[in-house]
Amino acid sequence: MNLNFNNPKLQNIFFEDGSNSDDMNERILEKLTILSDAAKYDVSCASSGSNRKNTKKGLGDASGMGICHSYTEDGRCVSLLKILLTNVCIYDCAYCVSRRGNDIKRAAFTVQEVVDLTINFYRRNYIEGLFLSSGIFKDADYTMERLVRIAKKLRTEERFNGYIHLKSIPGASDELMQEAGLYADRLSVNLELPTEAGLKLLAPDKNRKDMIGPMNYVKNTIIRLADERKFIRSTPKFAPAGQSTQVIIGATPETDLQIINTADSFYKEFRLKRVYYSGYIPVLSDDRLPGLETKVPMIRENRLYQADWLMRFYGFNAAEIVDSSSPNLDLEIDPKLSWALRNLSVFPVDVNKADLHLILRIPGIGVKSAHKIVAARRFAPLNQDQLKQLGVAMNRAKYFISCKGMKLIHGEYSAENIRSFILQRGSKRLGFTTQLSLF
Amino acid sequence: MLCLVYNRSFEGFLTAVFEAYERKENVYIRKNGIENKGLFSEIKEVITYEAHAQRVLKKIESLVGIAGVRRLWKAFLSEDPEIEDAMLGVIVYSIKSNADIFSDFGNQHVLKIHQAAKKVEREKHRMEAFVRFKLTTDNIFYAVVEPDFNVLPLIKTHFENRYADQHWLIYDMKRNYGLYYDEQTTEIVTMEVNENTLLKNPETKILDDSEDIYQNLWKAYFKSTNIKSRKNMKLHLRHVPKRYWKYLTEKLG
Repeated sequence: MNLNFNNPKLQNIFFEDGSNSDDMNERILEKLTILSDAAKYDVSCASSGSNRKNTKKGLGDASGMGICHSYTEDGRCVSLLKILLTNVCIYDCAYCVSRRGNDIKRAAFTVQEVVDLTINFYRRNYIEGLFLSSGIFKDADYTMERLVRIAKKLRTEERFNGYIHLKSIPGASDELMQEAGLYADRLSVNLELPTEAGLKLLAPDKNRKDMIGPMNYVKNTIIRLADERKFIRSTPKFAPAGQSTQVIIGATPETDLQIINTADSFYKEFRLKRVYYSGYIPVLSDDRLPGLETKVPMIRENRLYQADWLMRFYGFNAAEIVDSSSPNLDLEIDPKLSWALRNLSVFPVDVNKADLHLILRIPGIGVKSAHKIVAARRFAPLNQDQLKQLGVAMNRAKYFISCKGMKLIHGEYSAENIRSFILQRGSKRLGFTTQLSLF
Repeated sequence: MLCLVYNRSFEGFLTAVFEAYERKENVYIRKNGIENKGLFSEIKEVITYEAHAQRVLKKIESLVGIAGVRRLWKAFLSEDPEIEDAMLGVIVYSIKSNADIFSDFGNQHVLKIHQAAKKVEREKHRMEAFVRFKLTTDNIFYAVVEPDFNVLPLIKTHFENRYADQHWLIYDMKRNYGLYYDEQTTEIVTMEVNENTLLKNPETKILDDSEDIYQNLWKAYFKSTNIKSRKNMKLHLRHVPKRYWKYLTEKLG
């Protein structure tokens, strides 16, 4: 819109003249530095959930579980080559480093450069594939078309079967989304802010409707093709690893209740595979934003992921985790323990008799341990030692269970007591390391 | 008690199990070359015999299925000096109860096998992640590793499926053998030279010209994709323990 494509500086970015190879390498190095730096605030790095196999001796395979090939010093997984095609953008979203009004160095990859980087990184086993996003230049379709062209080239010319995650550009047409789905394993649109009010405040150029359009198209196409696949086995793959989204936490004043409700409704309405929560990192000074000295809300972010896990794997409803009387998650203890302390009457749970769904609600017992317990108790009732050996965190679980040779000990304690016992024990371990391996 | 000693192969172990049953007595099974021989009243070496190994394998498979056999094999690859106790324990237990007992997590032998297999699986997964290929002038992508456990047999299929259209070599420096894939089949190779002699000899240029470029690009990417304000070295080290850094391009220089 006010982006001037006749500006010689920008001309330089998009149309390069030929030059010697050392210069070329230097320039690609610079582009990679700029465009990965700009892409890193997108937290998704999942490379799992697809079913794309290597056929006819091509390159790559995305049918297994995801692989984190490395971890950065912030402890985040490096699974995909995560870059922007360009950080040139017509939008001016307050929270974004690449916003139009920010005075930073701009760069753009050519289609071939992205293809070469992906293939050469992949062949060396650095990555699982490509996560390609972009600033929006000219308009939505123009940008989306470039992203799709890269994915297409990788699939058809390079016979690449590794993982491809494409960003769906808000407002992109159905035709382009159709093509994107044929080449990508995963598509995502970032909601950016948990509520429309937040979006209006910080990203006045964007609107929810434009974001939901491509999301809806992808959802409907996945469902339609899944139906067709029942009758026609050769129905093409379409975004086999589904869709995900991301919301920024802490840039706007939403409560955890609002965030969890938004996530819950998107999981339900759009069948999302994942909602990512990204603690706001203050990179820009703006009256509408928290100050530059604000700490990244990492614990809050972690608690939201835990709540998300409770909804997806532990059978909890959003309303059980937070409600209007306590709309924010407890930062000191995890949401499952929090729920247990509010519902002490449910306990003790006898792990040798209770249903799986109830065992899943015991603090200190994860999904795997819960299944092991249910399998093992068919042979003989389990005692405390065996539970510990199985992987149960007894220092938490002991307040909530009974098992062979052990009666409940919480009877004597109030919720407040138990909370402080567990906090004392865990105080050394608490803190940022609880960010966990959720990515 | 009698100790049966075998040649460190899975077949050797199975042959020892056969012999244990023939003797109808309680025995220990150990890898050859073990220490603490004084603990046993008698030591007998078992000669690996394919037919006996097969019979034992068939019997076990009929009880615990292919998944169970694979789990035993994975535990075996842990190279734990006493893993044979749990392996034999599980085999005896399943034959006695004539059932698949692998979900009896309350049984100490079963649990031990699960734990050992899990350890090995984690290392397998790490190797699938941490292998860093370098392209040589003869167009072979090669990588050197030193896994905690003997996981090369477990990662073979993964790399065959993934890199079907390139020649590659993954070499286990600790155990001195490697897998070499030539776009058709994968074979086991051993080398006389080690990586240091190869790389430190300036006369032999073994790496392709593009190698430097992509290593530098990868290092640059690794650095700029990090978010400084979220620095968390404890978590970083938990995921990438220092012993693996030696062969990780992005952690070098």
